[in-house]
Parts: sequence; C-alpha cells; structure tokens
Amino acid sequence: MKEMLCESVFFGVMVSILMYELGIFLKKKFRLALFNPLLVSVIAVMGVLLVFQVDYDAYYEGAQYLSYLLTPATVCLAVPLYEQIGLLKKHSRAIAGGILSGVLTSLVSILAMSAAFGLSHEEYVTLLPKSITTAIGMGISEELGGMVTITVAVIVITGVLGNMIAETVCRLFRIEEPVARGIAIGSAAHAIGTAKAMELGEVEGAMSSLSIAVAGLVTVAAASLFAGFL
Amino acid sequence: MKYVRQFLIILLVTFLGEICRYLLPLPVPASIYGLLLLLAGLLTGVVKLEQVKDVSRFLIEIMPLMFIPASVGLLESWGALSGIFAKVLVITAVSTVLVMGVSGLVTQWIIRAERRKGK
Repeated sequence: MKEMLCESVFFGVMVSILMYELGIFLKKKFRLALFNPLLVSVIAVMGVLLVFQVDYDAYYEGAQYLSYLLTPATVCLAVPLYEQIGLLKKHSRAIAGGILSGVLTSLVSILAMSAAFGLSHEEYVTLLPKSITTAIGMGISEELGGMVTITVAVIVITGVLGNMIAETVCRLFRIEEPVARGIAIGSAAHAIGTAKAMELGEVEGAMSSLSIAVAGLVTVAAASLFAGFL
Repeated sequence: MKYVRQFLIILLVTFLGEICRYLLPLPVPASIYGLLLLLAGLLTGVVKLEQVKDVSRFLIEIMPLMFIPASVGLLESWGALSGIFAKVLVITAVSTVLVMGVSGLVTQWIIRAERRKGK
C-alpha cells in the first residue's frame, strides 16, 4: 500500500481535495470555527501521511500541481479588485491608513513580544514578515538573516489562523464595513486569509487581495528598519 | 475555446510577471507583478473583463486548496520549529488578532469620519 501511494501520480492532489471536502462537511455539520476546512484538510492529510508512512516528498511529488496554480491564481485577484475599483478610489485614504496601521501593528507587536520572550535577533527577524504573502516574506527573512523554513511555517500558521478567526475577530471588534473587513483580513493573514474574505463577499475579497500586495510591499521597506531594533 | 483563451491570457500575464521578477532587483514575487499588470491591463482596456473572468473565478474559488501542500510541509520543518513552538504560537496568535483588529478599525473609522463629513 505504502509503495503504491508513494508512486501514485494522483494521490497527492486527490487526498488534499478529499480532505478539504471532509472539512467542508464537518463545518456544515457542526458549525464551529474550529472545523475550518483548510485546517481540517491539513491535519487530516498529515494524519494520512503518518499512518501510511508516506514521505512528504512523495506526497508533494503529486501535490505540487496544486501549488503550481498559486501564482496564476494570485494574478487573478486583479479581477475582483478591478470590479471594485470604484470603491477603492472612493475609500483610498481609509484603505491606505488601514493597511499602514496594520503593517505597523504587526512589526511593533512582534518586536515587543520578541523582546518580552527574550528571542534572539535571528528568531526575531524570522518572525517579522509573518503577516505577508510567502513569496515576499521568504525574501525578507533571507535578506535579514532569518531562518527561511521557519518563516514559511509561521506565515502558513498565521494564514490558517487568520482564516479561522476572521469572522470572530470582525464581530468582536465590531468591524462591520465590508471594505474594512477585507483590509483587516488581507493585512493580517495575506492570501490564505483572502480565501476566507472571498467567501464573506466580493468587496471583502477584493479589498483583502489589495492588502496582500500593498502590505507586502510596505513590509519590504519597513522590516529592514525594524530589524535594527532588536 | 473560451476557457483555453482565458487561461492563455492569465498565463501570459503570469509569465510577464516572471520577466519583471527576473529583470527588476526587488524582493517582489512574480505573482504580485502579475496582479498589478493584469489590473493595469483591465484599467486601460488592453484586457477586457470577459477575456479573463470565468477562468479567474474558477482559480480563485479553488485557491484555498493550493495552500494545503505547503501547510502539510509543516511536518518537515517541525524539527527546526519545535524548540520555540510555544513562543512562536503565542506571538503569532496575539499579533494576528491585533493586526486584524487595528487595520480593520482604522479603515472603518476613516470611512465613517469621511461619510459624516460628506453629509
């Protein structure tokens, strides 16, 4: 069985989508934020790999074709953004203010907690780009001398967490304007959060997409400044 | 044929993004260049909405699936992460909630302030 699974071309993609469907089923059935389809699918796929002793590399050999589509899919985020361009122009000041305050909050909070927990400079710069999209975050971590594999892991954890808690946080902080909800989710949880914002509504999705690009670019400039603080 | 043409246009823009990534010495990924290029194309009318709409919708809908392989990859980086995992998790959770709250509230506050001023 193990050999067959390791050699299968389609196992990786199939099991990923199957477990995502399981996540959707559980979420519908129990209506709990914990049963986030992405979180369920990731844990379930990990479980399958461990039980059948399939190497991650063997799984990824097939599953890479899902990741392959991520770049063109990110490019496509321009479409909902274009459809909401009127809103973007109308609220440009609010959007710019929201994203900038989000980037600043991210860097300041990581600096403060890294200092409080006594993290080393290397660990601190590894965490700095955690709220932005992986491709930009990896570059920043590498440039500042962080541990890139851990940065990727932290970015993914941030995204999945942001995807899970987005609705609850918006309710708790009484963030009701769709534009503000999109900016909040995209600034905090990049593309993985944006997947959730898309479910909440077209405006949320478009604004979240915009935040991925803007927050990412602003962080490039601001992170190197912040790296000097610890 | 409609879908083939749409997919081609999207891949063309993605490829242009890769060229920008190759030529420009900035830490910006091809996907972000591509997003900005496609937006510019749509705004200037070089690309029509109908020429990319259906395939875009499909790719965006299945986007969450594309994060599964990298997330399962946490299995691989567990060795490097396990030592500082508790601290990392606390920092990540607190900072993610703060960023979401602050950026959302600031945006909402400015929108509502402008709306009041407009009336």
